[in-house]
Amino acid sequence: MKLGKVLGKVWATVKDPKLEGVKLYIMQPIDEYEKPMGKALIAVDAVSSREGDIVYWVGGAEATLPFKDRQIPSDASIVGLVDRIDT
Amino acid sequence: MELARVEGTIVSTIKADGLKGRKLLLVNLLSPDVKPTDNYLVAIDSVGAGSGEVVIVVRGSSARQTSDLSSVPTDSSIVAIVDSIEFKGDVVFRKEDGN
Amino acid sequence: MGIMFLCEVVGSIVSTIKHDCYQGKKIMLVRPISPDKKMQNGTMVAVDTVGAGKGEIVLVAAEGRSASEILKFESRMPMRSVIVGIVDKIQINRFKY
Repeated sequence: MKLGKVLGKVWATVKDPKLEGVKLYIMQPIDEYEKPMGKALIAVDAVSSREGDIVYWVGGAEATLPFKDRQIPSDASIVGLVDRIDT
Repeated sequence: MELARVEGTIVSTIKADGLKGRKLLLVNLLSPDVKPTDNYLVAIDSVGAGSGEVVIVVRGSSARQTSDLSSVPTDSSIVAIVDSIEFKGDVVFRKEDGN
Repeated sequence: MGIMFLCEVVGSIVSTIKHDCYQGKKIMLVRPISPDKKMQNGTMVAVDTVGAGKGEIVLVAAEGRSASEILKFESRMPMRSVIVGIVDKIQINRFKY
């Protein structure tokens, strides 16, 4: 998993049925100092995050698993909201 | 996932059986503010995307999780057609504006 | 892309709203290091299973099936990186050719 910051939102009416009702965010991967790591991605939200939030997200095959009822076509899924980082 | 713009179609007669009947599109990856980049991909279309449209591309094994591509040999699939994008508080893309 | 990483624990995350599979888990921030303990880029978020603390060198497994196995999940969960060991010592044999 990695840290990320939610920077924006994407709306799409026409999409794969498994993505119905799913929120899609623009998210910048960051390190613990909020320094960007690599380029911004589109990520599926599984925890009701909002723009500006610091989150952690999972990539790869595990990104298909945030919802209990189905596997989704996602390669980046937000799985937690960061309240505080202790360093 | 990544944002991309559909820039062309790939026509291929001789291909793996799993790819038969699938639409292969050439897409240019975009930055979040919808600027083109130097990176191109061939992606399988599963939503009926057309030329010039901004789409979302899923990569890796996740690309086979779309509703109809479970047994298709692909590592990049188009899973959504983008209507609008809000980035850092500004609307940077609206499909009806055609930009 | 490797599966196992040598990392240093650089902090921890307090998080209330999270996917069920992270409930009750200690969530740490780790940074990959080289074998001579130089910090690398690419901070990761990893679930602690061994009681690791800040400043410790740890072994991180970054692969979903391993994570599910170690944490004894009944099905696969959206989790990849898990701290699976605390490193006591790194021995490097430098051969001369």
